[in-house]
Amino acid sequence: MMWELIQANRRKSIFIFIGMGLLLILIGFTFGSFYSPENGGFLGIFFALMLWGILSMVSYFAGSKILLAVSGAKEVTKDVHPQLYNVVEEMRIAANLPHQPKIYIIAEAAPNAFATGIKPENSAIAVTAGLLGTLNRDELQGVVAHEMSHIINRDVLVMTFAGMMLGAITLMAEVFTRSLWFGGGSRYKSKSSDKGGQAQIIIIVLAIALAILGPIMAQLLYFAISRKREYLADASAVRLTRYPDGLASALEKISGSHLDLKTANKVTAPMYIINPLKKKGMQLSNVTSTHPPITERINILRSMTQGVNYANYQNAFNTVKGKTSGLIPQSGLTDSSKIGLRSSEFLQPTLESNKQVKRDVGDLMMKLNNFLFINCTCGIKIKVPPDFKNNSITCPKCGRIHNISH
Amino acid sequence: MTFFIIFIVIVVVIGFFFVSIYNSLVGLRNRVKNAWSQIDVQLKRRHDLIPNLIETVKGYMTHERQVMENITKYRSQAMDAGTVGEKAAAEGLLSGALGQLRVQVENYPDLKANQNFLALQEELTSTENKISFARQAYNDQVLFFNNKIQMFPSNIVAGMFSFKEEEFFEIEDQTEKAVPKVSFS
Repeated sequence: MMWELIQANRRKSIFIFIGMGLLLILIGFTFGSFYSPENGGFLGIFFALMLWGILSMVSYFAGSKILLAVSGAKEVTKDVHPQLYNVVEEMRIAANLPHQPKIYIIAEAAPNAFATGIKPENSAIAVTAGLLGTLNRDELQGVVAHEMSHIINRDVLVMTFAGMMLGAITLMAEVFTRSLWFGGGSRYKSKSSDKGGQAQIIIIVLAIALAILGPIMAQLLYFAISRKREYLADASAVRLTRYPDGLASALEKISGSHLDLKTANKVTAPMYIINPLKKKGMQLSNVTSTHPPITERINILRSMTQGVNYANYQNAFNTVKGKTSGLIPQSGLTDSSKIGLRSSEFLQPTLESNKQVKRDVGDLMMKLNNFLFINCTCGIKIKVPPDFKNNSITCPKCGRIHNISH
Repeated sequence: MTFFIIFIVIVVVIGFFFVSIYNSLVGLRNRVKNAWSQIDVQLKRRHDLIPNLIETVKGYMTHERQVMENITKYRSQAMDAGTVGEKAAAEGLLSGALGQLRVQVENYPDLKANQNFLALQEELTSTENKISFARQAYNDQVLFFNNKIQMFPSNIVAGMFSFKEEEFFEIEDQTEKAVPKVSFS
């Protein structure tokens, strides 16, 4: 089922993708013709495609590493945060993926998460320390399932190539406008006298118009792909966890936080589960947003009371949006498997105090900084700093002696 | 002559078609097998965790002998079980007993604060989840595989090479089938 969905997914995004490609070619042709009216157009196309190709190659092979490095993510093993590790493994099993994604933690207080990796074999999921502190197990599971869905649906691949096309278009427009200031146009004027002027005037107007509008158009197309994929990832996440309320309340908590993620920027923003840059107006349903409005996503999830397959999500989507749009391809809807909802894992909701949350986040930061944690049999947790020299430590409560292996 | 060439081309195309369907069926059957082995891995993991759990809990829960004896009993039953049916039944009982234990833990604040116990509880919860997610993934794969076997044109290939429909792994534990309880306390 997943495979057919991926295929259909690709076909749908490919139209927008081709649109961006045509825009890139048009810009290449126009800018090329602007500088050299005889045969510059094709040279321009060649340069445009080359630029896109190089950018794509770089991000295809190193994008994952760059993204993780820029966001300050640190790879962790199971003992740093067993719950996170377990939840990722649970979702891997639910998705029947043969490879476990690598797990990264970002030492930041703002709750957020993202997934990366062109192929499922070398994918990674990164979450912030703040996210781990704020969410309970069910909510964390929802978030991890959403990220896992990005990996299964090959969203990273599509977003990488589309993103680099956006990058190429923006870069070319930038260079063009700069060169215009520094006399690129004057060279053109000297030539225009001998050849028929009308076609070239059109080229001038078109070039300037594209320099201004091209990047905006490309951005709108890019965001259109991004928003669609967020909805799809929500739908897949619910299908994996069978528990829409988990993801819904996670989104509520994440969007309720007023902290900004310092390590996120405009380029990496679409990668996160919700937009990490909380600008004014981002909550509105408009075409300039990378993510669908969060309240809408929550409402859709909350109104899924019948079941958790793709058809149920589509129904909830239609009810909330008040229109019928083909979000999920037909092959996904025919998925007849009736999967029931699951009840919450907790017998009673444990309202953790603020203090406890802060302590947990603090512990996590310590672990990321190579502190050693020892659980004593008496129930106490001993935190050993990395520069502790002795080979053993005595429990302050019961007096047991623990060996430390450096 | 041309007639003969056309005939050969048609045969080759049909041959390719058959081979590709056959390969996809084999691939799907392997995915089903892989999903099944995931369930087994997790069941075994749960069996390994139980002695640790009993060891930790024993010192605190002096009044709940019966629950712990049940857990030990069902565990060995599940480990000795031969057929899939027996196994499913014993695992269902084991899940029930572990659920009881989890309810009673609420009465022991000291135990709930014990870091060792918390770590074990996380492992146990996760293993239970993994079992149910593995089962869910297995059933998904089985459904997909069975659909392929029944649908045209892959049903022809499946019939020729006697691919058999796989069985779903049904829930044995009755409490899981029941409607989730809602309490307004």
